[in-house]
Order: sequence, then structure tokens, then C-alpha cells
Amino acid sequence: MSSITDEHNNDAAHHDAGHHQPAKGFKRWLFTTNHKDIGSLYLIFSLTMFLIGGAMAMVIRAELFQPGLQLVDPHFFNQMTTVHGLIMVFGAVMPAFTGLANWMVPLMIGAPDMALPRMNNWSFWILPFAFLILLASLFMPGGGPAFGWTFYAPLSTTYSNDNTALFVFAVHIMGISSIMGAINVVVTIVNMRAPGMTWMKLPLFVWTWLITAFLLIAVMPVLAGAVTMVLTDKYFATSFFDAAGGGDPVMFQHIFWFFGHPEVYIMILPAFGIISTIVPTFSRKKLFGYASMVYATSSIALLSFIVWAHHMFTTGMPVAAELFFMYATMLISVPTGVKVFNWVATMWRGSISFEVPMLFSIAFIVLFTLGGFSGLMLAITPADFQYHDTYFVVAHFHYVLVTGAVFSIMAGAYYWLPKWTGNMFNITLAKWHFWLSLVSVNVLFFPMHFVGLAGMPRRIPDYALQFADFNAIISIGGFAFGLSQLLFVVVVYKCAKGGDKVPAKVWDGAEGLEWEVPSPAPYHTFDTPPEIK
Amino acid sequence: MTHAPLLKRLVLICIGMFAFAFALVPLYDVFCDITGLNGKPSLEQAQQSKTITDNREVDVSFTTHAQSGAPFEVKSHEYSVVVKPGAMREVLFKAKNLSNQDKVMQAVPSVSPGKAAKYLHKMACFCFDQQPLKAGEEVEFKLLFYVDAELPSDVEELTLSYTVFDISSQFLASNKEQVR
Repeated sequence: MSSITDEHNNDAAHHDAGHHQPAKGFKRWLFTTNHKDIGSLYLIFSLTMFLIGGAMAMVIRAELFQPGLQLVDPHFFNQMTTVHGLIMVFGAVMPAFTGLANWMVPLMIGAPDMALPRMNNWSFWILPFAFLILLASLFMPGGGPAFGWTFYAPLSTTYSNDNTALFVFAVHIMGISSIMGAINVVVTIVNMRAPGMTWMKLPLFVWTWLITAFLLIAVMPVLAGAVTMVLTDKYFATSFFDAAGGGDPVMFQHIFWFFGHPEVYIMILPAFGIISTIVPTFSRKKLFGYASMVYATSSIALLSFIVWAHHMFTTGMPVAAELFFMYATMLISVPTGVKVFNWVATMWRGSISFEVPMLFSIAFIVLFTLGGFSGLMLAITPADFQYHDTYFVVAHFHYVLVTGAVFSIMAGAYYWLPKWTGNMFNITLAKWHFWLSLVSVNVLFFPMHFVGLAGMPRRIPDYALQFADFNAIISIGGFAFGLSQLLFVVVVYKCAKGGDKVPAKVWDGAEGLEWEVPSPAPYHTFDTPPEIK
Repeated sequence: MTHAPLLKRLVLICIGMFAFAFALVPLYDVFCDITGLNGKPSLEQAQQSKTITDNREVDVSFTTHAQSGAPFEVKSHEYSVVVKPGAMREVLFKAKNLSNQDKVMQAVPSVSPGKAAKYLHKMACFCFDQQPLKAGEEVEFKLLFYVDAELPSDVEELTLSYTVFDISSQFLASNKEQVR
């Protein structure tokens, strides 16, 4: 994704002659402590994982194209749903955001690099091994994890195979990687802002990432605790989740979702930051309600800690608790609504132009809101008893994660790609990528609402005959969406290789320090802190 | 600018949150204990009731379920009984080891609706102890219980469910000398 060429390194060398220039070849990437290199590594890794996880989704949709069991056996199907989820959450979305943070946060706050560059190198380089372990388990006797990405006990303890330890260690490594990444982001933002950049002058992407980093630091250790308990329950005869020894499997769900719900905001808050950066640029107006955006993001983060049990309405909670979690969940729609209205108000009477990043951003606003609405439906306790574990839930979280998180990452990638490479991407191809994705993603996920409401359960390789037509449509949408993403790979590759040269300020309406450095961004930037007015 | 103080604090938060995940385990039990949520009845022996409410009757049903693979059959003699709150009642259960090996079983009680759990008091229960059963052995277990007079008035019937687990391996490992 990055093509920091030697010419501009020499260019940059006038004003930062004291710096080491990047080593050549593979060692450059292995030993790098440069935030731009590490950002690129994260982004390339994330794109690779997105394609691998996507290939697994293709297996799932191929099996579900027709009722009955035809292509894969149910155990393998379960492994596909599980590993697809794990890869997309921990391998695609989270590293993509960390990659964007690595690239953009120092540029946006006028810092020369991340605060802890060596740890930064580690936090990236342990990640490929985590996924190597996870993917390798698929090829071992007994297969990979097949208990769903949520690894509910006792599925992951009593009923799982011996490769579960590999899953546990993979999750441990992913957790350590994201915690190190998050710590780095917090220290960078708190300590390394350019003089004069007060808290309320921080770009929103930096704000949302700061809050996300705190969420990560707070909940990733809880996930580590949960997988550790699964490990000891399975291999060392503890009984955290085993009723025979005085444990409780429902407690697993409480611990998991105490991590799991903040986790979904970890995957969406940076997206809010990206959209809040792009929409003002192409509306040629200041962001409407900057302060309210900051407060809304913080309140979403705080509320995310007290809503976890809305994932567990059917476990038999007392009515009072169900009502509490229902209202607390619905409360989150208030700050989220503030954000959506602020974006719309930013566009209101702006002189809008529809460049590719803006197209993805507008699609994000509409489709993420749609996913938010189905989330509100799921929050209604009595209704949730019908929706629980159906394709309606699948539709909901794919609207917020694919047309939400993934679309925002695409928007961000198109927005900053010219800054990274110095070249404009192929606009025609990028527009094809957008429109094909937009249409196919809705063909893929919209009908899932209906089959879900009609009672089709999730995570099952077969279904009742009446769902056949809708599933065929969904699968066609799925294949189309999957193939469209190959276009994205082509656009990124071509852009890295060459294209029309762009000026420092790539988009005329763009604001922020990242547009004051040349395009492509030199290897070392802001050795002297910039002036913030 | 030195990053060490902030770094230290963030690492401490991480360690604290990891510990918090484990602290949730006892916290969860305490929370369920206080609120009586989750249908987790007390495993302590109860005191006898001082009052008996004559003008009210509650239906108590029994159900047992052996965890898959646990070679036990446990059944109550009566499917359900009608009791007056406060009045003691004895129910007999027949338990059999279906395997041809000596086994140890543990019954874990649960009450539905969950909020009634803390109003069902057991004075004697086979679930208080781990129960060794010889190969093919059949024994009778006693449950002595009463329903609290304070039971909320909207609860007219409750179910006491036992899940039976085979804990032979753990039991043999830790209590070799106690097996008769």
C-alpha cells in the first residue's frame, strides 16, 4: 500500500539529515520503527486478512446457496463461521484502524513518530504469528475452532477439540498486540501533541482513537482473562464455567460480553472519526458540532460498559435486569443520533462534491444508521426473544461492521492513499469499486433481515426450504461483493505503483496538519513541531 | 518528554483489568447470592421454619437431568408436591449407577423461576455432598425442604431441577482415601 520511494527519502534528507534512512529489502520492514512503515504493514496485513476472511464467507455462502448439505461438512462449516468472525474482527477491522492510527495520528498532531516506536514494531510483528497459529489449526486433525467467534462455554470447553489451546494462544497474542498498539496511541496523543494543540483542537479522528485506545486497554485484558479461564477449564480441570464443579456457563457470557460490547465500539468509534474528517472536506464546511462530537463519543464509550447483557436476554434474566439493559442500550442511540445529525448538518448547504471517499462516507452514514436501527429493534427485550440467534442478528451486525466499519476504512484509504503514495488512484476504477460494493452489499445483507424475521437460525449449514430463494439471492450478492473487493486491491496496487502526481493538499477542502507535509509524506515528518494557531 | 509515568499507569490498568476478569467470578457468585438471581439456590443447610402459612399452597415440581455421558439415573418418587409455605416436606429420589464401574455423582440444584431460588430452603439434600455409587448400585436419596412464607405472592408454582454430573475423575484424584 505504501510506496515510499527512494527519491523522496533523499528529498526529505535535506531537512532531517540526522536521521537514518530506511534499510533496504525485507529488513527495512522487519526492523522498522517508523510509524509510516508500521502503518503500511498494518494496512497490508489487514487487507490480506480481509481477503482470507472473505474467502471463508464465500465458502459459507456457497454452502447456503441451496438448502441441504452439498459442499462442505457441517463441522467444517462451523469452523468457517467461527474463523471468518475471528479474522474479520481481530485480523481485518482492528488492524486496519491501528494502521490508520499509526499513519495518521502523528501526522495529525504534528508529532515526529509514535511515542514508543520499538513497542510499535513488536505490536505489529507478533500479529502475523497469531493468525498463522489460528489458520494452521484449520489444517490439523480435528480442525480449527468450531464454536463460534464468541466461544461460549461449554462449547469451547467440554465440547471442543484439542486444538482449542491454539485458538486461546492466538487470541492472547492478538490481545497483547492490540493492547500495545492502544498504549502507544494514548502515550502519543497525550505526550506528543504539537505545542498549541489543545484538547479541543484535536482532529476528531485523533479524539475517537484516543477513546478507542482506552476502551482497548480496559477490555482486551478481560478477553484475555476469559480465554485463560477457557484454557484452564479445558486442560487443567478448573471449573469456572462447569456447573459440576460449582461454576456457571452463564458467567462465561457475562465475562465475554463485558469485553464484547465495548469491543463493538472499538470497531466503530475510529470509523466515526474518519467520517467526521471526510464529510467536512467534501462539504467545504467546518464540521458541525465539534464539541458535541467529542462528548458523544465519550458517552458512547462510557455507556458501552453497562449494556453487555443485551446479548443475553434469552438466558433467563429477571425482568428488572432486562429492562435496565434494554433502556441503557436504547440510551446509546442518543449520542449516536447526535453524531449522525451532525454529519447531516455538516453537509447541509455545503458545496458538496462526490469524490470516492465522500461516496463511501455518505453510504456509511445511511447504511450504518440502518444497522443502528436494527440494533434498536434487537434492544427491545420482548422482541429480542424472536430475533435472537437468527439471521436478523447477522444482518444487523454486518450492516454496522461491513457498511459501517469496513466502508469507513475504505473511505479513509481512498482519502489518504494519495497522501501516502503521492499518486492519485484510478478514479474510474475506484468508482466502479464503490458502486459495485454498494449494490452488492445490500443484495447480500438486506434480505437477511427477512429470512431472520421468518426464523432462519444463524450458524447452521442447512435451512428450511422456504428460505431457498432468499438465500440464493443473498449468496449472489455475497459473491458479487467478494469479487468487487478485488477491484479495491487493483486500485491500491496501481496507486502504489504510479499515477497522476498530487500536491501536498490533495483535496481542496481538506484541513489538518497532514495536508501541510508534501505528498507522498516524507519518511520523517515534523522533526520541528509545527505552529498551531 | 518522558513517557515512563504514563506508560506505567496504562500497564497497571491492563494488569488490573486482567485481574478484574477473574474477580468477576467471585463477584458474580456474591451478586447471585444477594439477589437470588440465576436460580442458584443456597447449598447451606437451612434452619427450620418458625411459621406455617395455612391459607396458601404452592406447587413444587421436581426434574432431574443427567449431564450427557453421566451414567446415572436419578428420579423423584413424586413428580410434584403441593406444600404450604413453612411446612417441612420430605421427597425421596431413587438414584442408580448405570455403569459397571464405581462412580461419584454430584447433583447441582437450580430453581425456576429464578427469583424463587432464595425462598426454597433445603434442610437435607443429597446435593450437599458428592455421592459415591458402586457399579450398578441403586440408592435412595432424601430431600428435606420447605418453601419460605415470604415467597412472593405471584409465584404459585416452582420447579426444582437437578443436573447430575459424573465427577468420578476429579473426586478420585483429590479424595482417594475417602472412597468406600
